[in-house]
Amino acid sequence: MTTNVMQDRYVLIENVNMTFHTKKGSFQALKDINLNIREGEFISIIGHSGCGKSTVLNLIAGLLQPSEGYLFCAGREISKPGPERAVVFQNHSLLPWLTCFENVYLAVERVFGDKEGPAQLAERTRAALELVGLSHAIEKRPNEISGGMKQRVGIARALAMEPKVLLLDEPFGALDALTRAGLQDELMGIMARSGCTAVMVTHDVDEAVLLSDRIVMMTNGPAATIGEILDVDLPRPRKRLELVEDPAYTHLRSEVLKFLYERHAKKAA
Amino acid sequence: MNVVSLKKENIMQKSEEAVTTAPAQPVVAVVTPLSTTAAKATAPKRGAWVATAKRGFEWLLPPVIGLMVFAAIWATVAALTQGLPGPVKTWQSAVELFSDPFYINNPNDMGIGWNILSSLQRVATGFGLAAIVGIPMGFVIGRYAFMSRMAAPIISLLKPVSPLAWLPIGLLVFKAANPAAIWVIFITAVWPMIINTAVGVSKVPQDYMNVAKVLNLSEWKVVTKILLPYVMPYMMTGVRLSIGAAWLVIVAAEMLTGGMGIGFWVWDEWNNLNVEHIIIAIFIVGIVGLLLEQLLVLVAKRYSYE
Repeated sequence: MTTNVMQDRYVLIENVNMTFHTKKGSFQALKDINLNIREGEFISIIGHSGCGKSTVLNLIAGLLQPSEGYLFCAGREISKPGPERAVVFQNHSLLPWLTCFENVYLAVERVFGDKEGPAQLAERTRAALELVGLSHAIEKRPNEISGGMKQRVGIARALAMEPKVLLLDEPFGALDALTRAGLQDELMGIMARSGCTAVMVTHDVDEAVLLSDRIVMMTNGPAATIGEILDVDLPRPRKRLELVEDPAYTHLRSEVLKFLYERHAKKAA
Repeated sequence: MNVVSLKKENIMQKSEEAVTTAPAQPVVAVVTPLSTTAAKATAPKRGAWVATAKRGFEWLLPPVIGLMVFAAIWATVAALTQGLPGPVKTWQSAVELFSDPFYINNPNDMGIGWNILSSLQRVATGFGLAAIVGIPMGFVIGRYAFMSRMAAPIISLLKPVSPLAWLPIGLLVFKAANPAAIWVIFITAVWPMIINTAVGVSKVPQDYMNVAKVLNLSEWKVVTKILLPYVMPYMMTGVRLSIGAAWLVIVAAEMLTGGMGIGFWVWDEWNNLNVEHIIIAIFIVGIVGLLLEQLLVLVAKRYSYE
């Protein structure tokens, strides 16, 4: 029974409020956020820019502490960042002076360095880079590879830590449409194989519908909160081309669009 | 003055690279407007060579003209001023001087080579001590806001003080001229190193620090894998500024402390009324300073990740 509860509430966000205190005064970013995430679930958080969706992700990552409320992961309160919650950053955040291998190795070494020798750690690193199809660029520096490849390294670095929860902050936002589609398909495959829980922040409606089990739609800030949660019950594995014709997909897509552009439209800044 | 010379060096370096690498490259790569027409008309290899030579000549022309103008002004002023030697006389004197740079007659009369080496040794010692103290201090000040605010009043108070004002304190504390001169160099060199390192550390992008937090890196890993590589270019700027300043100050410090060194030598030659040697010393100080900075530019390039 307890395991069941744990699985249903793998990541738990309870009554979270977030207020930032800046020089210009305080600013309430989030208000009354409540969310349960099941183990193995893929959640997307979508909303207009400035609605605090990245703040939610940073709270789960432990990079921020909530002003009020609690966050739990696997039954433990989140008080600081930890290797069980890996983050894929929007701008890849690779260290430019390290090669792709060294960037991933840094993470692997920290998580598994106590138990495993250098050979095993290197093997893990290579496996992670192979998983994202970068075996050929292993000794390259980040400035020698394309934006899509950098983001793959970022994903490899996160996956190599064997996290329980993968947090993705607009992971494909800076990429062109074709590269983005390719990486989305790969991510779907990787997630299916690893069975890891994922939370992704995005502003791309198609991306959200294609990848997610549930889409969390946020109202506009300040004091943004969860407006609606949409269940995406499309069968897996999902195929991009087949879905385009699928009425269920079209319906879900229009649900998200209606939320964003009818009920919570944002005036152009 | 520093900025100008720096820029000039960069340009010089770039052109030098262009000149030396161009012939080694395949001819196709050398597609400048100059070479294309020549390459098409005659044998391609020769065309490229002519273009390279022409570029080399064009690059060399302005500095040569500049030096000639300088020598002309100098010769004119020397002709009009009694006792000031012109370029030719100075050159003859320099040839004589450098024919035996390492003679030792007595402790107060040694070759110019010894004097230069003795100054360099002082600068190296003072500068090395400043690096040992300044760079770690810069790291601490840049990393912790509390330390930064603690150090701020001291640094802003002491930084504008001429390093020579510290010489009497050095003489009092160390009771000898040589350590006092090194002490002055230390004071000169330490500020740019502290400040530039601290600025670099405080500018490390939040993204990298977030990576460190998410990966839960140890403080040692944060310093070696994130801070140090990021700060290296800032640190090298500090090092370059301080070696320039240290070399400027050593002449004045040695004039005051005496003993041996290029500064002392200038003063000694003034007492001997050997003006040619003073002018030579000016050139030596300039050339050695230039070489020191060039050396550090090379080191900076080696340790820059870009």
